[in-house]
Amino acid sequence: MISYDDAVERFEPAIGLEVHVELGTVSKMFCGCATTFGAEPNSQVCPTCLGLPGSLPVVNGQAIESAMRIGLALNCDIAPWSRFARKNYFYPDMPKNFQISQYDEPIAVDGWTEVGLDGGSVQIGIERAHLEEDTGKSLHVGGSTGRIHGASHSLVDYNRAGIPLVEIVTRPVIGPDARSPEVARMYVAHLRDLLLALGVSDVRMEQGSLRCDANVSLRPRGTEPLGTRTETKNVNSLRSVERAVRHEVCRQAEVLLAGGSVTQETRHWHEDTGVTTPGRSKEQAEDYRYFPEPDLVPVAPSAEWVEQLRTTLPEPPSERRTRLAAEWGFSELEMRDTLGAGALDLVEATVVSGASPQAARKWWLSVLARTANERGVELGALPVSPQQVAQLQELVDAGKVNDQLARQVLDGVLAGEGSPADVVAIRGLAVVSDEGALAAAVDRAIDANPDVAAKVRDGKVAAAGALIGSVMKDLRGQADAARVRELVLARLT
Amino acid sequence: MLSRDDVAHLARLARIDLTDAELDHLAPQLRVIVESVARVGEVAGADVPPTSHPLPVTNVFRDDVVHPGLTADEALAAAPAVERQRFSVPQILGEEA
Amino acid sequence: MSADASDLTRLSATALSERLVAGDCSSVEVTQAYVDRIGAVDGAVHAFLHVDADGALAQAAEVDRRRAADAALHPLAGVPVAVKDLVATKGLPTTAGSRLLAGWVPPYDATVVTRLRAAGLPILGKTNMDEFAMGSSTEHSAFGPTHNPWDLDRIPGGSGGGSAAAVAAFQAPLAIGTDTGGSIRQPAAVTGTVGVKPTYGGVSRYGLVALASSLDQAGPVTRTVLDAATLHELLGGHDPLDSTSIDAPLPPLVDAVRDAHVRDLRIGVVRELGGEGYQAGVRARFDEALTLLADAGAEMVEVSCPHFEYGLAAYYLILPSEASSNLARFDAMRYGLRVAPDGPGTPSAEDVMLATREAGFGDEAKRRIILGTYALSSGYYDAYYGSAQKVRTLIARDFERAFEQADVLVSPTAPTTAFRLGEKLDDPLAMYLNDIATIPANLAGVPGLSLPSGLADEDGLPAGFQVLAPATADDRLYRVGGALETMLHDRWGGGLLDRAPALAMAGEESE
Repeated sequence: MISYDDAVERFEPAIGLEVHVELGTVSKMFCGCATTFGAEPNSQVCPTCLGLPGSLPVVNGQAIESAMRIGLALNCDIAPWSRFARKNYFYPDMPKNFQISQYDEPIAVDGWTEVGLDGGSVQIGIERAHLEEDTGKSLHVGGSTGRIHGASHSLVDYNRAGIPLVEIVTRPVIGPDARSPEVARMYVAHLRDLLLALGVSDVRMEQGSLRCDANVSLRPRGTEPLGTRTETKNVNSLRSVERAVRHEVCRQAEVLLAGGSVTQETRHWHEDTGVTTPGRSKEQAEDYRYFPEPDLVPVAPSAEWVEQLRTTLPEPPSERRTRLAAEWGFSELEMRDTLGAGALDLVEATVVSGASPQAARKWWLSVLARTANERGVELGALPVSPQQVAQLQELVDAGKVNDQLARQVLDGVLAGEGSPADVVAIRGLAVVSDEGALAAAVDRAIDANPDVAAKVRDGKVAAAGALIGSVMKDLRGQADAARVRELVLARLT
Repeated sequence: MLSRDDVAHLARLARIDLTDAELDHLAPQLRVIVESVARVGEVAGADVPPTSHPLPVTNVFRDDVVHPGLTADEALAAAPAVERQRFSVPQILGEEA
Repeated sequence: MSADASDLTRLSATALSERLVAGDCSSVEVTQAYVDRIGAVDGAVHAFLHVDADGALAQAAEVDRRRAADAALHPLAGVPVAVKDLVATKGLPTTAGSRLLAGWVPPYDATVVTRLRAAGLPILGKTNMDEFAMGSSTEHSAFGPTHNPWDLDRIPGGSGGGSAAAVAAFQAPLAIGTDTGGSIRQPAAVTGTVGVKPTYGGVSRYGLVALASSLDQAGPVTRTVLDAATLHELLGGHDPLDSTSIDAPLPPLVDAVRDAHVRDLRIGVVRELGGEGYQAGVRARFDEALTLLADAGAEMVEVSCPHFEYGLAAYYLILPSEASSNLARFDAMRYGLRVAPDGPGTPSAEDVMLATREAGFGDEAKRRIILGTYALSSGYYDAYYGSAQKVRTLIARDFERAFEQADVLVSPTAPTTAFRLGEKLDDPLAMYLNDIATIPANLAGVPGLSLPSGLADEDGLPAGFQVLAPATADDRLYRVGGALETMLHDRWGGGLLDRAPALAMAGEESE
């Protein structure tokens, strides 16, 4: 397949991201059913979310508030008057065969957000944010893959039907082309940080509380109209966002270069094989027959309410970044690297737990970043906490372990052996601090290497290195090399 | 306006599998009705706002608290088919989950 | 049957309540009398789809126990009631008159039912109706039509013909109906009973199988205006489960009846409702009622509501549109009928939906669903649904202007008396015309009441007098209705239903 760089030489990509956020309310969007994860199937349902004849929806006020705060955090205008609408289509996971959503009167419009890139930033336009209800979940039975193709029937659980969702839609992002896939990824990461800071969702992509669809289209360079776009679903991690966008740009470029045209369709991303495959094949676009939801009344937040919510917003991410960089004394490059690794919150938490900023950065961006990469997971998914990293650094600072031992301690923590202190105890990794034991080891080294000892006595201080090495080997590295050096020189000079 | 094919397409959208006899019978009736109701266009000027809600009310919300709902047994009681405490539905075509 | 029992079935709910409070009879006796009456005549009338004699008697016994223990009870406690089968009743089948819900037993009660139960009204059973409330004759019920007790070959009105017929045939003193375009009021008019559509939002819609969400309202079906006011007060009021329910107390309705007079009240006769095309006998009774009201001190005013003539068209766009969406849930996946299509291979979910809805919906339902799907389609929305919603605004403005000139508006409730079964089935548009006078109130959300105006000379069948009031001024309906009813009862020497032909009892030889 054509390389990404070649593709963007010929074509200009336009990327649009639609992110669905599951709000962390305790009850559902339109009824009082619980939203806790992992309950027995169909045990968190009622006439309303099951769509029983005669049932009616009632709006969850907390969801409205969260949606407004999300809109404000994205610099949107909060509509003084917005409405719910019915999106009509038939699907077994939708109890009413319509979804209560918002159509041409969403709660928030016309915003923007800045995503940090290379010490600078890219501004992403936000077209709208609106509220809607989630569907039930289906298990497809009888096929070989558990997916829908080849399944003989499906089993539907409506526990998740009616969970509040906020859909955030960007304006098409055009350029910087070479970095488009990365920008897409950074946007989603940034959005996730923002939503966490707002406290409106636990935004766990792997659990589905943050979902991303990527819209991609290409237009030949120098032309105006946007190309036909595809919508790619099943993008379940930050990594997938970048990879899926990159792949889809290349795929579309190849189609166009071969003289074909891009089919407007929904595609499905496969993380394992790194490709998108076509999904729904429709003769024509679905007509959802939107109309205003007659069972609900409009939402008309007062200006006072909006302003009161504005005061509850957390510090905007860009301001926070600037402040932290100053507090920590990070250079632009150091800050950029920290953000690029998705490590800002982790570093901050580590500093809050007592480590120095530089030490925190060192741990997260070197050893731990490498480990995460090897394991193919996000940094935050590693089984070590910022508190533990701070504890580890404390041990180093107190001289209880040296750098090399610290690495081993970290391995132990990652392996689940316990806290740094636990691992030190279990594996016996503490440096020997008993002066007597050290002195004895120094004596042993001197006795075993009389020639080297003689050289040192004669003034060749550099030769002490061999003796130090011998002591370290004797003590299996569990000694403070600097202290050993002091003792050796004291004995011999 | 509103041909037999249109009616067949609309029926499909509404998931009703009309027979040929029904299409023959319903299409002309629907044409007559549509012609009759189309007169709403005569007075529906651009300056007239539409009414979707007879009541001039806004901002009806409930508190974010949990209320007991149905038990799984109650929810599934009328289901045509149940398996593993879920609603069993026939195979769903042409859709990527 | 004992004279006492038949006396009980002839009494109004108010009179029954007085007897129960005085201890002259028990709720079990009253309920048994009605159960017996149902058994005797419903074979011919077919007002009921389901009768719950055991349940009703048990509820009655419970009320009697509580009364004996001196508990504070609602005035209507112990007075039985019938409920339109559109209303969810936990443990009792709720079919909405459709094959799609045959045998469906809801796991929950509608709010109006919760209120009935809390007040201690034994529920006799569920009454027949046009499928999903779409119709004006109850002929579109999947379970056979109901017959008008005044003439069993005629329709009882619709969609709530069952509730009206039950009350008219003395099978229940009270019934609950729903009104989307006249489904309480028009049956009341053709059966000689009283029916009220409250202000939109005045009574909770939670638990009413939805037809047109912005038009539907539940309301009382009774023999007297006072009974209707009492039942209306019980049913109405804010419901947190219905976002469209009014968050304010009802005005005092029973007081309005007890204090009913029309001195100095301005009564607006709507020019566009009640002239051309209305049966002569219907108009004659209407005009006489106007004279009575004028003689009693009301100021008669003629008002014009020029956009009412577009009401039918707007209604038959808005209702099908909302209904096409509300009825989409009947897809064989979670409850109700499931039909597997014929043919080789395993049917898909889509196949089952298509076959089930084809087999389950009747003609009228199919017509309206397709019409609604069309009216909402992209490219057609503005011309149809969008325009209809604008006509709605114009009609609401007509009402506002009219209510500046008059305190209430009046018209005949329906253009004709009860027509024969089968007479209008082949002509949907002709059927729709039955609602021409009742529809404007639903479009604007204002309340309306129908009470009997008398019998038409040409056929001896009941006609109805409709009163309309501004939104939330439901008390004015009862003031005017109560006053008129008193005057008419004086003139008739009793209620209109006293003149209804006696129904042959099951087991009796027919003449």
